[in-house]
Amino acid sequence: MGQLIDRRLNGKNKSAVNRQRFIRRFKQQIKKAVTESVSERSITDIDNGEKINIPARDISEPVFRHDQGGSSETVHPGNTDFITGDKVKRPPSGNAGSGGQASNEGEGEDDFSFELSREEFLEFFFEDLALPDLTKTQLATIIEFKPVRAGYSNDGIPTNINVIRSLKGALGRRLALGGPLRNRLNEAEQELEALQGKPDSEDTQKRITALHDEIIELKRRIGSIPFIDTFDLRYNNHIKEPKPSTRAVMFCLMDVSGSMDQARKDIAKRFFILLYLFLTRTYEHIELVFIRHHTVAKEVDEDEFFHSRETGGTVVSSALELMYDIIKARYPSGEWNIYAAQASDGDNWHDDSPICRSLLADNIMPLVQYFAYVEIMADRHQRLWDEYELVKEAYENFAMQDIASVSDIYPVFRRLFKKQQA
Amino acid sequence: MRKKNYISTGSEWTFDLITRYDEEISKIAAEYGLDTYPNQIEIITAEQMMDAYSSVGMPLGYHHWSFGKQFMSTEQRYRRGQMGLAYEIVINSNPCISYLMEENTMTMQALVIAHAAYGHNSFFKNNYLFKSWTNADAIIDYLLFARNFISECETRFGEEAVELTLDSCHALMNYGVDRYHRPSQLSAFEERERQIEREEYLQSQINDLWRTIPTRAEEKATEAQCYPSEPQENLLYFIEKNAPLLEPWQREIVRIVRKIAQYFYPQRQTQVMNEGWATFWHYTILNTLYDRGLVNDGFIMEFLQSHTSVVYQPSYDSPYYSGINPYALGFSMMSDIRRICENPTEEDQRWFPDIAGSDWVKTLDFAMRHFKDESFIQQYLSPKLIRDMKLFSVLDDDKKLKLEITAIHDDNGYRAIRNKLADQYNLSKREPNIQVYNVNRQGDRSLTLRYFQQDRKPLHKSMHEVLKHVSRLWGFTVRLETINEEDQLETTHECIVER
Repeated sequence: MGQLIDRRLNGKNKSAVNRQRFIRRFKQQIKKAVTESVSERSITDIDNGEKINIPARDISEPVFRHDQGGSSETVHPGNTDFITGDKVKRPPSGNAGSGGQASNEGEGEDDFSFELSREEFLEFFFEDLALPDLTKTQLATIIEFKPVRAGYSNDGIPTNINVIRSLKGALGRRLALGGPLRNRLNEAEQELEALQGKPDSEDTQKRITALHDEIIELKRRIGSIPFIDTFDLRYNNHIKEPKPSTRAVMFCLMDVSGSMDQARKDIAKRFFILLYLFLTRTYEHIELVFIRHHTVAKEVDEDEFFHSRETGGTVVSSALELMYDIIKARYPSGEWNIYAAQASDGDNWHDDSPICRSLLADNIMPLVQYFAYVEIMADRHQRLWDEYELVKEAYENFAMQDIASVSDIYPVFRRLFKKQQA
Repeated sequence: MRKKNYISTGSEWTFDLITRYDEEISKIAAEYGLDTYPNQIEIITAEQMMDAYSSVGMPLGYHHWSFGKQFMSTEQRYRRGQMGLAYEIVINSNPCISYLMEENTMTMQALVIAHAAYGHNSFFKNNYLFKSWTNADAIIDYLLFARNFISECETRFGEEAVELTLDSCHALMNYGVDRYHRPSQLSAFEERERQIEREEYLQSQINDLWRTIPTRAEEKATEAQCYPSEPQENLLYFIEKNAPLLEPWQREIVRIVRKIAQYFYPQRQTQVMNEGWATFWHYTILNTLYDRGLVNDGFIMEFLQSHTSVVYQPSYDSPYYSGINPYALGFSMMSDIRRICENPTEEDQRWFPDIAGSDWVKTLDFAMRHFKDESFIQQYLSPKLIRDMKLFSVLDDDKKLKLEITAIHDDNGYRAIRNKLADQYNLSKREPNIQVYNVNRQGDRSLTLRYFQQDRKPLHKSMHEVLKHVSRLWGFTVRLETINEEDQLETTHECIVER
């Protein structure tokens, strides 16, 4: 009878390392597959993992082996109607059947498919993307400090006492102060010993008494060197280092007016979902402000932003005004990196577009790091687009893009947030 | 009326029940004279089974992306229900480790115990190939040594560099075995001790081989000969000992891959026998349990259902056909030997005068110990089995327009079929015969391999990739010459390394 062991509680992810290695090695192929797969699937479920196919030949492990050809004789089971000497037509290669050994090596050219987890998928998905110019404000305004260790100091508070350092100092001091005394003590003791062996005489007697006195005095002085002195104490020193701030806020402006039909709204939402995922994944501390507008703009929470059905006419400037007010009230641009993304079908109340331009050009653009505008499935560009073109000429950090169909979302998104070469 | 004393009646297993079954099975196995290593049975989950799969049955593998690939494809296929997992994995070690999946029913657990812990186990312990080529006592320690060594190399030289070396070694893994010459056995401890010595010594040897100090005239005359003086079949061994530019740690990695290949080599040569033997014994043992009234009808029905699907052999024209099922062939042959011993026909008397009517337990035991697939089939495939399986042999010659049926299950065909089938399991015929032929020691240090062609079979185009791997290890240009059956040089492929 052998042993019976329950291993079920042992870790099950023994292969995790190997899996990671695989993904790292075939990064290029996987990235390509991810990009391809994105255009095919609905972006709302981007939050899930993804089945990935990469060509099997890219990842094959080559070995020496025979190819088909030459002459080979093989034994097969299940003969029903052949007799020796029969001649048979070759079956199409790859099929099961006599002579069809092609498939039993498992060497087909099929794709190798596997599943990426959500995390892995998003990592590939958002690779190389970044908010532009995130460093600008952080260099200008340093507002936070964090303490770092910086050697030792002679004074401080008791909690910061460094015991080892202090005792080392004390030991050194004791050695330094006691050294000469101890040397003298040794000499005196040796002399005393030498004298005690000698015959008695008054001189020696006197000398002995003197030595005795000296020894007692030396011992007292050695004993009075304090074990530790306030002078020995050393404290851990901390200094404050400025900590660069990466405070950032992203304004999401979405047009929900009546002219945005279901398809457009869908695209706009997908675009913002992408943006939302990207930001929440890549940046730890980023605030999001959601603004939806028709004739009036309203700040809403995430849930309402994506799911509310309210609708009406279009006054784009309302949203920009609201954004400006919020910036003034809550996000002083000296402390915050401000980003904005706006999605609209470009359909605006005619006279409102110049107002938008002046709002942007005069008030908003000087405050923000980056403003991205996407126009969704515009039949033709209207006045808003033209006005925005003017803004674009004036400001480098203003970007605008067209999204013509669902499959454009990801490429446009990538274009807008491509990591810029420093 | 049989006495009924069922061990269990339900399909749920418990640890107590597994122990009870194991006791009974071990009793029966002992009665039949199965000689085994001690057993270590481990219960694992499906995920753990997939882990075990991907490390190709090594309980402790070093890290490499190819195992990750294996794992991911197993996982994918399993999750989608395209394949079931094997019920067990068994490791040729002492004690012999068998993994049982927790999802199995009680019947399946009993089947697996009989199959793996007694069937495979006794085969590992007694078959001559395993006895002489693998060392069950040391394998776990060696794998541990290998894993530690490789991860140490990764920290010292970078994952990338180690990975490249491993890739190249894996490409040549099948050419890292000694087919004829038996390796010495070492314990893992000695292995570690020796590794350091070897590193230093080897490097000095290599330096000597590539010495550039001019030699005297009479020595030069002998230099013109080939090096190595005889072609060598163990490519990895040759590279480990002779590649001029490998670092000591790379040589050690080549050696590790070579040793692991050598460990698995007997398994590749005894697939039919090993599975046949294990299947035969689970069948026999579980039927004995039933005969003794230890298991009920439900148990034996479930077992038979599973057993028949394992030994199912689709015929050549079935859509499910993918070659001969080693379980089916092995089980049929083992059962057939028992039949020949117990109920020989007149035909058996003629074909197998030695074993007809002999004690079947002894005869089977002898067969298990002294053969490998090729010789086992050559020795024991009977005309009756050829008829039962309706075996026939087909000649596929690319010079002829049609396939030719060269033999069927009739009096004229038995021997031909037996020879052909045995040949099919001859590893040296299944794999291209490639050997180290020459090293140009005076000139560009290039390495020449020779492919000795059989039956005009071409090499698959993947050889170009493999050659790149060889030249990565060798460090200089590598050439592959194809030599046809008339001993003429047919083609040469080169992988040139610029220096």
